[in-house]
Amino acid sequence: MGKHIRLSKGFDINLAGKAAPKIADVELAETFVIKPTDFHGLYMPKPVVKEGDTVKAGTPLFHAKNHEDIQFTSPVSGEVVEVKRGEKRKLLEIKILADRQVEHVNFKKYTVSEVASLPVAEVKEQMMKSGVWANLVQRPFGVVAEPTATPKAIHISGFDTAPLAPDYSFLFKGQDQFFQAGIDVLKKLTSGAVHVNIHTQSDLSTVFSQVKGAEVNKFTGKHPAGCVGVQIHHVDPINKGDVVWTINPLGVIQVGKLFLQGIYDASRLVAVTGSEVKNPQYYRTYTGASVKKFLSNNLNQENVRVISGNVLTGSSIGKEGHLGFFDSQLTVIPEGDYHEFLGWITPSNKSKLSFHRAFGLLSFLTPSKEYVLDSNTHGEERAFVQTGVFEQVLPMDVLPTHLLKSILAEDIDEMEALGIYEVIEEDLALCEFVDVSKHNVQEILRDGIELVRNS
Amino acid sequence: MKFLRKTLDGVKPNFEKGGKWEKMYFAFEAIETFLFAPNTTTAAKGVQVRDAVDLKRLMMTVIIAMVPCLLFGMWNIGHQHFLAIGQTGTLGEKFWIGIVQTLPIIVVSYGVGLGIEFVFATIRRHPVNEGFLVTGMLIPLVMPPDVPLWQVAVATAFAVVIGKEAFGGTGMNVVNIALTARAFLYFAYPTDISGEVWTYLGEGATAVAGYSGATPLAVAAAAAKGTQVVNEFNSFGSTWAPGIYSFQSLFLGTQPGSIGETSTLMCLIGALILIVTGTGSWKIIVGVFGGAYGMGLLLNILAGDNAFMAMPAYYHLVIGGLAFGAVFMATDPVTAAQTETGKWYYGILIGMFTVLIRVFNPAYPEGIMLAILLMNVFAPLIDYFVVSANKNRRLKRATV
Repeated sequence: MGKHIRLSKGFDINLAGKAAPKIADVELAETFVIKPTDFHGLYMPKPVVKEGDTVKAGTPLFHAKNHEDIQFTSPVSGEVVEVKRGEKRKLLEIKILADRQVEHVNFKKYTVSEVASLPVAEVKEQMMKSGVWANLVQRPFGVVAEPTATPKAIHISGFDTAPLAPDYSFLFKGQDQFFQAGIDVLKKLTSGAVHVNIHTQSDLSTVFSQVKGAEVNKFTGKHPAGCVGVQIHHVDPINKGDVVWTINPLGVIQVGKLFLQGIYDASRLVAVTGSEVKNPQYYRTYTGASVKKFLSNNLNQENVRVISGNVLTGSSIGKEGHLGFFDSQLTVIPEGDYHEFLGWITPSNKSKLSFHRAFGLLSFLTPSKEYVLDSNTHGEERAFVQTGVFEQVLPMDVLPTHLLKSILAEDIDEMEALGIYEVIEEDLALCEFVDVSKHNVQEILRDGIELVRNS
Repeated sequence: MKFLRKTLDGVKPNFEKGGKWEKMYFAFEAIETFLFAPNTTTAAKGVQVRDAVDLKRLMMTVIIAMVPCLLFGMWNIGHQHFLAIGQTGTLGEKFWIGIVQTLPIIVVSYGVGLGIEFVFATIRRHPVNEGFLVTGMLIPLVMPPDVPLWQVAVATAFAVVIGKEAFGGTGMNVVNIALTARAFLYFAYPTDISGEVWTYLGEGATAVAGYSGATPLAVAAAAAKGTQVVNEFNSFGSTWAPGIYSFQSLFLGTQPGSIGETSTLMCLIGALILIVTGTGSWKIIVGVFGGAYGMGLLLNILAGDNAFMAMPAYYHLVIGGLAFGAVFMATDPVTAAQTETGKWYYGILIGMFTVLIRVFNPAYPEGIMLAILLMNVFAPLIDYFVVSANKNRRLKRATV
């Protein structure tokens, strides 16, 4: 039996522009991009295709020097139109011009009963060469999973509490069979349990609640209750030396399809959300899609920030950009590049959402109101002054202020002792939002993680 | 507003890299960001939206919480003045005297402090931090009403340079800056900041017959063995200001003392503002009051015939500067304990030490200043134990 965990700490950022539960009818995006920079722990990613090559969905595009078996494959069929490199010829992205009809590479198919008796080595090989392995994220450090490792558990977060997050019960409707097959496969990879963590209050899709062979844990609470790191901390925490893998439900479904149908199916629903989107709704596309088609004639104004992912952990990609590998959400908010007269003291208006209740910040009186937030920083970076705030939005027994200070001091022993193995950027994203002194908390944390990882 | 913005945008290039006043950039930036919240946007990676709060707003909230103390303090200066010279004054007259006495102190405190901040920011090439907005108001509130202005200036300069900038500026200081200023005066000019300095008499004015400027703390400390401190309080000033040290008067703050610290009621209003807005830690405030009360009770039990020890414990909460210190000084997040558990220990210990110093140390009539400074120094040690406990929980989990 799974656990039921109630979290009282956290904060829900209530934004305007939630996606309506319907799927828009637009033609497929023209280009798709896979970016090695979406993954951590890849050493010198090397392309295996060149411009002009034709690829199918599942054809390898690149692999890293430290993981030559793990292929990062094309989500669609088409032509490689660009291999983009940055400074020191670092591989930045590989762009595919998609065919109208997606063709798949054929991998080996199995029946449900065959899956049950598959040897682990065969499972790993099929996952790595097809591209679905990239969905597995290894803790500590949030890196691409190490194939030789045997994790003590695999965790799947069955809900997303981030601002304007897509509704998982809508996203994965009707995928029960593949999700179950995916769980059956993943169970072979761990010495412990596969945990599916669900929220008690959201509409439960049967995809998660009917799953067999996994521990189903229930959570109650605000964001970041949906962050898998927070869930791991309460279900089965990571200690020094432990290895734990995480995977999102879409990844599980892709694993299931790979074994039952023999294809790498990178299709996904994407929630296009945010206050500046005229019709926030879902779109059917593939991993790494160009966002151009979603936004054409669909913006309320031109001065916007287009974010792959949510407003807490996403990246600004521009109106012509492409979605990140892990993202099933696109958020469009106003750009905040304006000066505000006496903005540091003027009372709250509709764009001022705050976790705090300092003078003039009245958003705590209207917790259910939907806010239009822009990308303005509302202040400058300062020394750490206020204390006890980070602790209120991190439902873990971790002292975030002290952890961050140990990272700034580059004290690796201290980082270890304070629990750096248990967190990645998304877990501390709310700390960055509420920070009075406007530090780049996620960037600092990643620096610390890389420091420990390379030590 | 547009005109102002245009003017700023017009002169801004002069302060930017390569401009003729490049060195003054951070001074310009301080003024610019005071007038207009900056147009900076979040980075491409990381959070894309930020909370509407910033340090300026946080500091402003603390200043607003001090306003009741300041206004009452101004009135009280006038009130005490008329009591001492045996005359009556209207509300307006009392206020006026208070304003005339207080305003120059505030101006000197902000002028000297901000001046030093700007100079250091320019030399060290870092932005002007907002920390002094609060400190600059706290310093006047803990000064005697007729403190010489040059002493305010010297004390402020000492506190900002030695107490803060020497440690690296806002957020890095070990001890509370306003209290450093006060402690500096206390030890550098002891005769000017002890004894009967707490009432503003005015030039050439003579006090009424029987007048005494002794504070409640001095009265309590001087109470003879076997007497009741409460009786001493109630009979104090019977010839010129009956009931001046009654419990009600002590609570309301109609008693001589530093400008802003006499009224427990106003401090409690300030505490309410700090707690409701979440800017001050309620744990520390409750801790200090609880610690002082608890220590008072303990001394009551052990009192014997010592009058001060036998004084009812709740009197400790209304005399001297305990309430002001608890609400505005102890809660300074930079110098207090930074862990939530640590804040309890920190607050309670301040309260206990305050009463101990009051009762047992004849050299220092008031204990809150030294108790807070002492605990400022020990706050990192408290945090060390709390953080160690967190680390040990993690370690224990790993070895089970």
